[in-house]
Amino acid sequence: MIEDTIVTENVKSRLAGVLLPPGIGPFGGITAPVSDPAARTRRNGRKLCGDLDEAIRRSGLKNGMTVSFHHAFREGDKTINTVMERLAVLGFRDLTLAASSLLSCNAPLIEHIRSGVIRKIYTSGMRGKLAEAISHGLMAEPIHIHSHGGRVHLMDCGELAVDVAFLGVSTADEFGNANGVSGRSHCGSLGYAMVDAARAAQVVLITEEIVAFPNAPASIRQDQVDLVVAIGEIGDPSKIAVGAARMTSNPRELLIARLAADVIEHSGWFEDGFSLQTGSGASATATTRFLETRMVRKGIKAGFALGGITGGIVELHQKGLIGKIFDTQSFDAVAAESLRTVATHYEISTNSYANPSSKGAYCDRVDLVILSALEIDLDFNVNVITGSDGVMRGASGGHSDVAAGANLPIVVAPLIRSRIPTVVRRVTTVVTPGDTIGVLVTDHGIAVNPNRPEIAARLKAAGLPVTTIEDLYQRAIALTGEPEPIAFQDRIVGLIRYRDGSVIDVVRQVKA
Amino acid sequence: MKLRRSMLFLPGSNAAMLSTAFVFRPDSIMFDLEDAVSLREKDAARILVFHALQMPVYRDIETVVRINPLSSPFGLTDLEAVVRAGVDVVRLPKTDSADDVRALEREVERIERDCGRAVGSTRLMAAIESASGVVNAVAIATASPRLIGIALAGFDYVMDMQTERGDGTELFYARCAVLHAARYARIDAFDVVYADVNNDAGFLQEVELIKRLGFNGKSLINPRQIDLLHNAFAPSQEEVDYSHRVVAAAEQGERQGLGVVSLSGKMIDAPVIEHARVVLRRAEASGVRK
Repeated sequence: MIEDTIVTENVKSRLAGVLLPPGIGPFGGITAPVSDPAARTRRNGRKLCGDLDEAIRRSGLKNGMTVSFHHAFREGDKTINTVMERLAVLGFRDLTLAASSLLSCNAPLIEHIRSGVIRKIYTSGMRGKLAEAISHGLMAEPIHIHSHGGRVHLMDCGELAVDVAFLGVSTADEFGNANGVSGRSHCGSLGYAMVDAARAAQVVLITEEIVAFPNAPASIRQDQVDLVVAIGEIGDPSKIAVGAARMTSNPRELLIARLAADVIEHSGWFEDGFSLQTGSGASATATTRFLETRMVRKGIKAGFALGGITGGIVELHQKGLIGKIFDTQSFDAVAAESLRTVATHYEISTNSYANPSSKGAYCDRVDLVILSALEIDLDFNVNVITGSDGVMRGASGGHSDVAAGANLPIVVAPLIRSRIPTVVRRVTTVVTPGDTIGVLVTDHGIAVNPNRPEIAARLKAAGLPVTTIEDLYQRAIALTGEPEPIAFQDRIVGLIRYRDGSVIDVVRQVKA
Repeated sequence: MKLRRSMLFLPGSNAAMLSTAFVFRPDSIMFDLEDAVSLREKDAARILVFHALQMPVYRDIETVVRINPLSSPFGLTDLEAVVRAGVDVVRLPKTDSADDVRALEREVERIERDCGRAVGSTRLMAAIESASGVVNAVAIATASPRLIGIALAGFDYVMDMQTERGDGTELFYARCAVLHAARYARIDAFDVVYADVNNDAGFLQEVELIKRLGFNGKSLINPRQIDLLHNAFAPSQEEVDYSHRVVAAAEQGERQGLGVVSLSGKMIDAPVIEHARVVLRRAEASGVRK
């Protein structure tokens, strides 16, 4: 070991009489710039923690701070519940929880809200018991519902400053290089986690497997990571796909999917090199299958596919019908495997995917997108968050991001779900403004936004069943009757943030 | 050109299907009050179908109701309800003879007079489901001017014949007999249902067979089969192109005062021209095969 003092003396003599510019100091010894003083003796393993408690302690987390998570494991996620449980046991209070989304599996968080561990929540959506409890007034502060792109924007503009990001990753090395495509529990793309890794003050990787350095590919890199800890289980990949890769046999979903493929074919955007995004819903997935025959028949190939990626998209890519895939979230094991093995299947962060204030988002370059809706109203406003009982049961997701960016956003939905109309006079909650929606495809026909007359003309010329949204609405209530309005209280339980951070609507507490 | 390629069966007791089935756009929708409805649901199904028939959404689609046999305790009550509700066509099950059709016709006419519906506006079709029905097919098909068609129903028929469904050989005679009776009477002929709804290839093979034989269409039990069927019945682009050339050649021949013309060395006579016109009308009504 070299004696720092000797070196420093050596330098001092060399700098004798030198007047340094203001703010620049003389060399003070080789350990000086390293933040961790013990680094020289245990440099390689310095980020590794023995257990979660040590990682939490070393992260410097304090009461009132903001912790963040990603939801790439969807219903199979175990990281959020495990970490929040430890934070509760360790006595933390008044935390802000910033998860890219929350799902039914996060019901245990109810206890931590009741006991004061969690005071505030930012998320893209909620489902199940947690959503029900919050809709019924569980939290003192309204939750913030943001889009995927909007979440990054809120971080970049400073409102959502993450103190500690706890990021579940399939594998990591001791230095913090991590991905979601190796190891036993693959989630595929780490698109959400990449954002937090680049922005949080402290980044803690939580993994099932520590692998030999250097782990590659590194979706999250060593230069972003503070701490690494191994735990038993971070997530169950078998629960990521909730029927996403399945080809539906429901005749009504198939009918809607075929109509949506017809709309795409005759939209004017169906040309060689076009780009598309489809969600994970049954009709959206089936649309890709119907699209395949049309692409083959017309000799058309897509330049790229974007977004949440399903096995259906991967299949078209394998058949050479889609050039490149840009994947911010892998919706099933087929997509995760393709990301791992196929060179033209690329992982992108949600910043590149959809952040409206980034220097360039992929969603602004997509031609056609298939979107879902819980409700859509006469102005084409879309609700993807509250159900017909006023309870939150969905997610904003990338809906408003891609609707704003794509050349032709197409909403697919059955006109009636059980006895409940999907086309309504006024949506319960606006998530995506109607001005950004181009076409609505239902099992009862197609409605084109009056602000897109050229699309209506093309679809009519192709002989498709185009009608007005008023007509679809009248048809729905002729079948179901006009639904009773939902009884809400005045109290606000959720703020719907548009992708630019503005508030586009609020969710009120439902009457018990 | 009124196409009757697809007749979609719906159990009359299934309210959810009744409220949405029209979106699949079959050529005809058949509400079933007979075998698909259990004894305890007969009344409920009748009331549901009575209301469904009057829904505006069913106004621009041909509605058919399969009633229970008039010999059963439900048949006449079914008939009273559906004629009054404005059904387009009543389908009589298990038709063994022309007398069955005439008995139905008498009751329909009485109800039409009772409720003020134009006499003759309720059309009929007869389902042939037994050896007796097949043997009497010509008499059945010509029993009433109200008949729009006759249909072969396979399950009861093969049981009556002491055999079972197989590769189609077991239905060959019945199909030909029913088809000839229908063509003799100048009404439509419908083939049996194909029950294996997940076997698209098998379904299409059967469709190809019955189309070649000359059937107008087929009874269906799953909406997914509608598009497969319609597409299989649609003329191909080559057929349409050829038919255009035939019609053009015929018209040119007519202008030049020729009785017979030829196209690419083949003689074009009246039946060929008539067939070409049928193909073009069919293409207009159903589109071109994809």
